[in-house]
Amino acid sequence: MSCEIDVSGLVKRFGANTVLDGIDLCLKPGERVAIIGPSGTGKSTLLRCLNYLDRPDQGKIAIGDLTVDAAKAGKAEILALRRRTGFVFQGYALFANMTARQNIMEGLTTVRGWSKEKAQDRADQILTQIGLGDRGDSFPSGLSGGQQQRVGIGRAMALDADLMLFDEPTSALDPEWVGEVLDLIRKIADGRQTMLIVTHEMQFAREIADRVVFMEGGRIVEQGPPGQIFGNAQDDRTRSFLRRVG
Amino acid sequence: MRPLDIAYMWDLVPVIAGYVPLTLFMAVISMIAALVLAAILAIVRVLRVPILDRVVAVFISFFRGTPLLVQLFLFYYGLPQMLSFLTSINGVTAAIFGLTMHFSAYMAESIRGAILGVDRSQWEAAQSIGMTQGQLLRRIILPQAARVAAPTLMNYFIDMIKGTSLAFTLGVTEMMGAAQKEAAGSFLYLEAFLVVALFYWAIVEVLSVGQRRMEAHLGKAVAR
Repeated sequence: MSCEIDVSGLVKRFGANTVLDGIDLCLKPGERVAIIGPSGTGKSTLLRCLNYLDRPDQGKIAIGDLTVDAAKAGKAEILALRRRTGFVFQGYALFANMTARQNIMEGLTTVRGWSKEKAQDRADQILTQIGLGDRGDSFPSGLSGGQQQRVGIGRAMALDADLMLFDEPTSALDPEWVGEVLDLIRKIADGRQTMLIVTHEMQFAREIADRVVFMEGGRIVEQGPPGQIFGNAQDDRTRSFLRRVG
Repeated sequence: MRPLDIAYMWDLVPVIAGYVPLTLFMAVISMIAALVLAAILAIVRVLRVPILDRVVAVFISFFRGTPLLVQLFLFYYGLPQMLSFLTSINGVTAAIFGLTMHFSAYMAESIRGAILGVDRSQWEAAQSIGMTQGQLLRRIILPQAARVAAPTLMNYFIDMIKGTSLAFTLGVTEMMGAAQKEAAGSFLYLEAFLVVALFYWAIVEVLSVGQRRMEAHLGKAVAR
């Protein structure tokens, strides 16, 4: 099967610091990929570049028939790329001036041009899916961390994105809320949504991922099925990292 | 010491009251125009739009750095000497123009500060779902900035209402001008100016009640 998402030669520098040093990554339709690795190795930057929250300096990102080349990416292409990639933030980043339902509707009405009624129906469906059917009218400040992150996921789901990006979705959560957020991501993964998830939850990565990617120093060191990476890693750096976190 | 001529003051009330609509008209039109202009100026500064950013910085510096009275005289008595099409400008228009320019400079700085106070993650979240720059400012950033800037902007509106009294120096008969004329006839300056002061005070008090209501409304989103 060919790549649905094809990332090639992605480079990102912050000043003299090369954070991404030539990333190549291919995701097949419905593939669920977990990215693991030490802090500061560019995992989050990779996700942010795929959404153009950080602009890559070199390389290409192809999603279906859309190719965005860092050398000549214009506004229209960047917006098109963002509409095809749902992003879930570590710190939720819900729109503070909007209710949970409005947060989910916003991408549908303002970005995709849906009517308010249609968007509201879809948002209510999503609220039920994320287990917050009765909290649609709450503002983010009135929701727990776990609930806020579920709304954050719901907002990304509403885009019907080809690719969902999860940037350490449980790292900012109190331990008591981690379970409910992982359960929701597991449910989305079960629906064979193509996704890329940066996580420190190794057990979770092993459980939901079709493939695990180990990154260090802005490069992909090793990748393979979870059984192989967690059970029989080939590279010393991977083994040493897993020993430290495991 | 002579006693206050209460009866005379009482007679003045309906006279001054007749000029309240003109004062409010000048203040409200100036406020709306200044808000729009200030939002634009603030956005130019926040987004660091090339060239325009510098122009706006000078504009704000000038209108904050010179007295309102000087600005009004420049617009009304000064500029028409150079730009002949301005000769027919009336005092009310010149006052509205001056108040708008003057207060937009102050308000732009408040709005800019409020925009910069909105968390960076709000910009990123809006970008991540594919919003254009205009959409994210209009839907996400400005509503949140408005809540922060509202009390300060309201204070500027109050200043603006009081500032309309300077239109009197451009030959406009508004509340202050009317009081001056009445006093010139009766020589009861204390009574006339006291009445006009009480009028301004009452208007501002009414607005303060409205301000508290508006802030409660805007604060809804952050309340639990």
